[in-house]
Amino acid sequence: MAAPESTLPELAVNRRLTVLPLQEYYTSGHRTCQGCESALVMRYLAKVAGPRTLITGTTGCMYVANTSYNSTPWALPWAHTQLGAAGSSALGTAAALEALMRKGKIPRERINVIAFCSDGGGGDMGLSAISAAIQDTRYNLLILLYDNESYANTDIQASGMTPWGAVTAFTPSGSAKRITHHRWKKNVPALLMAGHPQGRYFASASSGFGMDLMEKVRTALDVGGPTFVQTHDPCPKGWDYDPRRSHDLAVLAVECGITVLWDCLEGELRYQGITRQIVEGRLRRKPVAEYLRTQGRFAHFTDEDVDYFQSQIDEMWERWILPGVVRVTQTPFGTLPRPSTSPEAGQSDEAEVVVAGEVSRG
Amino acid sequence: MTTTQGTAPTLTESGEREEIITGCEAVAQALRLLDVDVLAGYPIRPYDSVMSAVSKMIANGQMNAEFIVAESEHSQFEIGKHASMVGARSFIGSSGVGWMYGMEALVVTASLRLPVVALVGNRALDDPGAFGVEHNDALMVRDTGWLLYWVETAQEALDMTLLAYRVTEDPRVMLPCALSMDGAFLTHSQHMVRVPDAELVRRFVPPYDLGDRRFHPDNPISIAPQFNEDWVMEARRQADAAMRRSRAVIQEASREFVRVFGRGPQDPFLDPYRMEDAEYALLGMGTVGMVGKVAVDRLREQGRKVGFVRVKWFRPFPGPELRSLLRGLRGVGIVDRDYSFGSNAHGGVLYTEVAAALYPEPERPRLVPFIAGLGGREVSVDNLQEMQEIVEQVVADREQEVTCRWIGVRGPQEDPRETVEGGVR
Repeated sequence: MAAPESTLPELAVNRRLTVLPLQEYYTSGHRTCQGCESALVMRYLAKVAGPRTLITGTTGCMYVANTSYNSTPWALPWAHTQLGAAGSSALGTAAALEALMRKGKIPRERINVIAFCSDGGGGDMGLSAISAAIQDTRYNLLILLYDNESYANTDIQASGMTPWGAVTAFTPSGSAKRITHHRWKKNVPALLMAGHPQGRYFASASSGFGMDLMEKVRTALDVGGPTFVQTHDPCPKGWDYDPRRSHDLAVLAVECGITVLWDCLEGELRYQGITRQIVEGRLRRKPVAEYLRTQGRFAHFTDEDVDYFQSQIDEMWERWILPGVVRVTQTPFGTLPRPSTSPEAGQSDEAEVVVAGEVSRG
Repeated sequence: MTTTQGTAPTLTESGEREEIITGCEAVAQALRLLDVDVLAGYPIRPYDSVMSAVSKMIANGQMNAEFIVAESEHSQFEIGKHASMVGARSFIGSSGVGWMYGMEALVVTASLRLPVVALVGNRALDDPGAFGVEHNDALMVRDTGWLLYWVETAQEALDMTLLAYRVTEDPRVMLPCALSMDGAFLTHSQHMVRVPDAELVRRFVPPYDLGDRRFHPDNPISIAPQFNEDWVMEARRQADAAMRRSRAVIQEASREFVRVFGRGPQDPFLDPYRMEDAEYALLGMGTVGMVGKVAVDRLREQGRKVGFVRVKWFRPFPGPELRSLLRGLRGVGIVDRDYSFGSNAHGGVLYTEVAAALYPEPERPRLVPFIAGLGGREVSVDNLQEMQEIVEQVVADREQEVTCRWIGVRGPQEDPRETVEGGVR
C-alpha cells in the first residue's frame, strides 16, 4: 500500500543540532513512580507521533499507573487493550482505518497506529500476536515494547525478559537456593527481526538516550508498514535502587554492553551511539559489576555469579556474528571478521570526546 | 465448501433471491448485505465455514471488507473489538474451545460496550475431542453482557444476523451479540434461504455510529482507564441497564423486520408450537426445535396434549414470555444440550434459568430436566417421546423428587432418590 504523505509534525532531529516541538501529548495526570523511565518513553513516543495518532496500550505499568479514570495523561486518543493484545489491537485498529477510508466512511489521511506493551505483555504473552502483526504488510503500525524487565505493576514478577539471576517476587533468593531465575533474557527485537523478513523496521533503544529513541520511533512511523521498537527502561521499584539513579543506570547498561542500541531498516543493520563505538573498537565496555552491584535485585550475587554474567556478555560481544543481535558463532562460510570489542581493548581519550559529542542524553 | 451447487437463484415477489445454502453461508450472505467492514477469522470447526465463505466473497470482489486471518482466537476477538472501537462494523466467530481461548477478549468486548457480532458454531468442549454440538461454549459468556440467540434454520441465521447488528448497534444497547448455531446440524446442512435485497437491508440496519466514543484523532479520548472501586460498580450497572433496555429494542427491531421484509416471526423471544391448548410442553434451544415439532405432532396423534417451546433469545432471558406461556401447564420437560455439573437437580443451564423464571408464578408447572444430544449426538423423535412419558409420570407422582435424567445415553438411568437430601438410597 502506497502511504500518503506523512502528517508527522515537523521534527528537525539531528544528532548534534536538536529542534523539538514544545507541544506535549503525554502530559500530567499519570501516577507513575518517582524515577519511572517508562513514563519518559511514553512522553518521547507521543511527542514524535503527534496528534494524528491512535495509541493502544496493554495492561501493565503504563496502564495501571498511567491512566486512572478522570486523570489521563494522554492528549492523544488512547485505548486500553488486554495484556497479550498489543499486536492484535494494532491490527484491528489499522484494518478498521483502512476499511473505513477505502469505503469513504472517514476521510483518507495518514494516521499513526501505535500499540505499546510491556516486557511481560510483549515478550511473553503477546509475542504471538505481535508476530502476526509484524507479518501483515498491508498496514502501517508500530509496536513499542517498553522493557522494564519484570511484571512491575503486579509486584515485580519475573518475565521472559528479566535478566538472569535477578530477584523478583516469583524468583526470590533463599537459604537453600541462591538463584531461582534461571532464564537468560529473551532478545525480542532480534527474534522478531530474524523471523519476519517483511517487517520494515526493528530497533532496540534505551530510555537513557532520548534523541536516539525519538529518532527510532520517527523512523518507524515514517517508513510505514509493520515496525517494532523496544526500549530498555530502568525501574526503581522493580530493580531496587535509588530513583535518582534511573537515567544513569540506563546509560550504564549500554556502556557495559548489556543493552545494545541497534536498528534494522529494511535489512540494513546499524548500531548507534555508545554501542557503535564499542562495536567499532573505539570504546571499552565497562565491567557489568558496576551495573549489577548498584541494584538490589542482584544483591545476592556472589563474585562467581557476576563473573558468569560478565562471561555471557563477553561472549555476546566477542563471539556472536552480530554483537547483541544474532548469536551465531560459526557459519559454513567461516567466522565473519569483526573488530575486537573486548574490555581489554585500548581506550583512548579521543573516544571519550566522541561519546560526549555523539550522543545526546536528553 | 458448498456454494449454491446447481441451483439457479430464483426471485420471490418481494425481490428476495431463493438459494439453497448452509447455515454458515446464510450468515455470510447477511454479512455481505450488511457491508461489514472488518472480519477476523481463526480456524476451528464447525463455525469456520462462515469465514471461508466470506473470504471467498472478498476475493471475488463481492464484498468490500478487511479480512484478517488471526493467529489465535484471542487475537481474533481483540481485532474485532478494536476495529469496532474505531467505528468499523466487525464480525468474529468461533466454536467450542476456540471460543474459550478468546474468553478474555470476549469479556472486554462486552464491558467496553462494543457491538461486535459473533457466530458460535456450537461444539463440544474438549476433552475428549468432538466436533458435534453442545451449547456450553456459547453459554460460558452468559453472565458477561453478551446478547445470546439460538437459531434453528439457515433462514433464521441470515435474518438474525441482520437483526443482531440492528439491536447491538442501537445506542440504547451497545452490547455484543453471539448467534449460536448447532454445529453440523445447521452450520453444514443446506436449507432453502431467501436472501433479501441489499437496499432493504440498508433501510433496516442504519450505519454504525459510535458517536462520541469513536476512536479517532479528531476525538482524543482515553478508553477504559483504571476505574477500581470508585466507578466499576456504576459501569456494571450501566451494562445491566443496557441489557434491560435490549428487550424493548429487540421487540421494536423484530416488528420493524416484519414491516421491512414482509416476513418474520410474531414472537421475538419464543417459538411456541401447538401450545394453544397444551397441558404439557417440551422446551429446548436450537435445531432440537425441528425434531421437537415433529415429535409433538406424533404425541398429539397419541392423544397427548403437548406442545413445543423453542427459546430463541437466551440473553436477555425471556422470563415474562415464558411465565405467560407456561402458566397453568401440568408439566414441562426441558431439553438441555449442555451440562452444569453440580447445579440444582444436576440439570443443565436452560433448566436452571427456566426454573428461576417460573418461580414467582403461583401456578407453575412441574419442571423435569433432561440432558440430551451432547457432543453432536442426535436427539431423536423417540428420545422426545421418552421425555414426554417421564414428564407425565413425574406429574402423576407428586412425591417424586425431581432430578435431571440423561436421555439417549449408555449406562443405568439416574435414580431420582439420589438427590434426596442426606445421601443415597
